[in-house]
Amino acid sequence: MKYLVSLLIGTLIGAALFAAGMYYNPFTGHELVSPLAISKEKNLHVTYTAVPGEMILYTDDGESTVSTHPDRVVELWEPAIVDTRIAVVLLNDSRGNVVGLGIKFSTDSEQTALINSQALVNSAWHIYLPGQGTLLVDQIENYWSYLREIVVPARWSSGDNWKGSFFRIMTQGPGALGTARVSGGTGEFSGMTSEAVESLTARAYSAIDGPVSMNGSLTIMVPNTADDTE
Amino acid sequence: MSVQPNGGNSEIFRIDLPRDRILVGLVGTDNALPAGLEWPGDELFGNLQAEMFKVRDRNDVVIGIASRLANVSEETGPFIEWVLHLPARGTIYLQMDLAASAEGHRNGRLIAGTQDFETLSGTVWERFITGIENEDFDAYERIELITAFIGRLGDEE
Repeated sequence: MKYLVSLLIGTLIGAALFAAGMYYNPFTGHELVSPLAISKEKNLHVTYTAVPGEMILYTDDGESTVSTHPDRVVELWEPAIVDTRIAVVLLNDSRGNVVGLGIKFSTDSEQTALINSQALVNSAWHIYLPGQGTLLVDQIENYWSYLREIVVPARWSSGDNWKGSFFRIMTQGPGALGTARVSGGTGEFSGMTSEAVESLTARAYSAIDGPVSMNGSLTIMVPNTADDTE
Repeated sequence: MSVQPNGGNSEIFRIDLPRDRILVGLVGTDNALPAGLEWPGDELFGNLQAEMFKVRDRNDVVIGIASRLANVSEETGPFIEWVLHLPARGTIYLQMDLAASAEGHRNGRLIAGTQDFETLSGTVWERFITGIENEDFDAYERIELITAFIGRLGDEE
């Protein structure tokens, strides 16, 4: 009997040590500086609210802690899209003026490996900027830092919430420098191929309702055209 | 999906209406969807029509979601675009001709693709079918996107 108890306790301690090692993995890198920061090309910078209730539309499978918006939006319950989310947002410039519309499709990636501190999401933005054109941004995002520094502490908190200051570059690929891939559609982006990065800034999160104060931003490199060349 | 004599493949993606509609966003419409949607009345978006759908394969199984943006009065040039996001396979970005063909469909082309579609190029047809009658579910009309994609020579392993 004592061997069985020892085995059980040993297994539990081992599992706890493994989980702690994974959670506090000291080899996890935190991307804080955009790979595009050193680019000499023109950058297009837009921000959006990452709070579902403030979006034009947000939907998922209806089972998450985050409420869909508006209330009667169709939920994505079918097996092929059950891990997918849609966000439709207004895009703002640095002064807060609305400059466009963004539709973001996000799907949990099968490449996720929490043991490597990778909670991966495949996402695509369909973007329309009036007077400029349309484009597609395709990327792989890593939400490990978001889970570790916001979601888990919020759940551990006695008040079921988190408040603090969080900023991370979420984009991890598919570009070699950890950038997203941009494909131009119409207008001044027609035929363009470029790179982008997406970042997330958070100040408050509720374990019950989801994001409370959170903004995302997209920085898109726009190669200089002949007209822009000085 | 069917393999074509040139080595490419052809595939039909279906959207049944109204059951597959997720969003209809258009300034000044009474038919916005979903109920309670606050579509920006901002003059910025002009005649932009934004729609989102669930996407089915030819067996009527939902396999992804799609957005369709159209603006015939955009100052940089009118456009009609689709983005199809198929979680198991990747995303495709399609640009359509503004005018429908004499046969009633609209031609388009693949602008970019990811994952399974990354190395492909090709064309697409968009056609709108009315008079779908099915007592099993709520569908009276259908949008079909018929793609014909081919890989670059030498991509085969």
